[in-house]
Amino acid sequence: MGSNFTFIDEYEGEVKRALAKYPEDRKQSAVLPLLDLAQRQIGGYVSDEAIDEISAMLEMPRIRVIEVATFYTMINLKPVGKFLLQCCTTTPCWLRDSSAVVDAIKNHLGIGMGETTDDGVFSLMEVECVGACVNAPVVQINDDLYEDLTPENVIVVLDELRAGGDPAVGSQVGRTSSEPIEGRTTLIEAVE
Amino acid sequence: MLQDKDRIFTNLYGFEDWKLEAARSRGVWDETSVLIKKGRDWIIEEMKASGLRGRGGAGFPTGLKWSFMPKEESERPHYLVVNADESEPGTCKDRDILRHDPHRLIEGCLVAGFAMGAHAAYIYVRGEFYNEAMRLEAAIAEAYEARLLGANAANSGWAFDVYVHRGAGAYICGEETALLESLEGKKGQPRLKPPFPAMSGLYGCPTTVNNVETIAVAPTILRRGASWFTSFGRENNHGTKVFCISGHVNQPCNVEEAMSTPLKDLIEKHAGGVRGGWDNLLAVIPGGSSTPCIPQEVCDDILMDFDALKEAQTGLGTAAIIVMDKSTDIIKAIARLAYFYKHESCGQCTPCREGTGWMWRVLERLAAGNATVDEIDTLLDVSKQVEGHTICALGDAAAWPVQGLIRHFRPVIEERILNAQGSSITAQAAE
Repeated sequence: MGSNFTFIDEYEGEVKRALAKYPEDRKQSAVLPLLDLAQRQIGGYVSDEAIDEISAMLEMPRIRVIEVATFYTMINLKPVGKFLLQCCTTTPCWLRDSSAVVDAIKNHLGIGMGETTDDGVFSLMEVECVGACVNAPVVQINDDLYEDLTPENVIVVLDELRAGGDPAVGSQVGRTSSEPIEGRTTLIEAVE
Repeated sequence: MLQDKDRIFTNLYGFEDWKLEAARSRGVWDETSVLIKKGRDWIIEEMKASGLRGRGGAGFPTGLKWSFMPKEESERPHYLVVNADESEPGTCKDRDILRHDPHRLIEGCLVAGFAMGAHAAYIYVRGEFYNEAMRLEAAIAEAYEARLLGANAANSGWAFDVYVHRGAGAYICGEETALLESLEGKKGQPRLKPPFPAMSGLYGCPTTVNNVETIAVAPTILRRGASWFTSFGRENNHGTKVFCISGHVNQPCNVEEAMSTPLKDLIEKHAGGVRGGWDNLLAVIPGGSSTPCIPQEVCDDILMDFDALKEAQTGLGTAAIIVMDKSTDIIKAIARLAYFYKHESCGQCTPCREGTGWMWRVLERLAAGNATVDEIDTLLDVSKQVEGHTICALGDAAAWPVQGLIRHFRPVIEERILNAQGSSITAQAAE
């Protein structure tokens, strides 16, 4: 089968490192890492050609690679915008009004769930719990979590991204991480 | 309240550096070889004596689990697999360990791996935790550099490797056999047990799967002694625990506290109290989304441990406390969880694949009042048919929140239905 996808130099080291993690005869274990690397190289999704190449590299039937690629939600099989906005709306985020954050994003960008802005900058999707519930509501943008969001501060983040800026990731209301916002209630005594 | 000197995760919030040197100053990697040289049996007995129960949700005794691994290594290598696929809604404790105290986990891997005769550990990190996985990789590189991993790891005479494997968005991979399938490069569909992983796990080899927090606390327990750990919490529920407090509290947070701490204390002392005060509390989901909710009168004096919550017909689960105040539409809140389980069902077993979607659709109708009162019992009945009739516990996890809702809030559902019927009759009369 002819394949037009190969890992470029930039990713080759990562591919080798991924393969080295598993026993020689268990190459198939590297299918998720390789799909992830292919998605990064292509810029947000995995093409049919990449699936062919990974299938050949891992000596895995093509259908098995497709099975994996379609099972896991983080593998995209269609192009997405430069910034993929993954809005968590599961109950812990919903209780902290993720609906208002989602509405603000939709209004600001003029797109709905599963859509991409005309300029290809933003894609929007709803995701299930991303695992930062004490910093809800949360939106994951590409690899980064933006936390403690409000309908106002999320727009500031989006505008900064669109302008080519580098908004600080994590809490948008000034918390270091998961400590209570008004200060720690623990880990304050001097410990010998 | 637990004193800071008895907290294990002294860098839970990342106010200090995560790197090796700083971790060492917090006591991590302190004479690890001494622990290992005391031998496999000593480690397992000490872990049993500590009463540590798995921190990933099921609460199985850790020392006992480790003892299930074959005593002698055959031609099949042994594996330790660490479950860092933290995805149970409400839960975000392992994330803090991965990003702020990764060396505690890596040291735990060496000690636990040695105790089960494993020379390799795979840490399966949920795909969304990209930055956390990179942090962990960097910490592992530091550990190799300092000869804490590799041949003669930490000068213990034991060869040990640790690898990070990233998932790609599938809650089901937090189920241990689905996780192993995923690690083998397949769809994450749970396996039938037996055979149990200790006999036939990763690549058909003896394997133990443990949660991040379970592994990360092990070296401290061994250093400070089982009796130190058992001095916290009630009998059968010992130790300290990282709690995640989310939802309608003034200051959502993670916090490490003693087991058996009253729920009300956790909420009021650490999370700034319920929004609008304790009397504004409607219900709490005490242990991650799969555990049935409990109403305010139960929350008033319940202790946060395995046995107390079991008695209240719920569970400690991952100790992720989701607080809901009186403004909450409790039917909608549970319906959203039902949607979660529908989305995450792997589709292998019919009761779960069909049942999760069915329960979600009915709950949405109940939330809108668009149902009849006898459908509440039908929903309860279906939830009982899903529960216990699937390969893995996802079916149970989807059924329990529904059962908790009906157990405690049946009048709310009935009222919603009757109001909707009433308004439709009024509307008809007005026409």
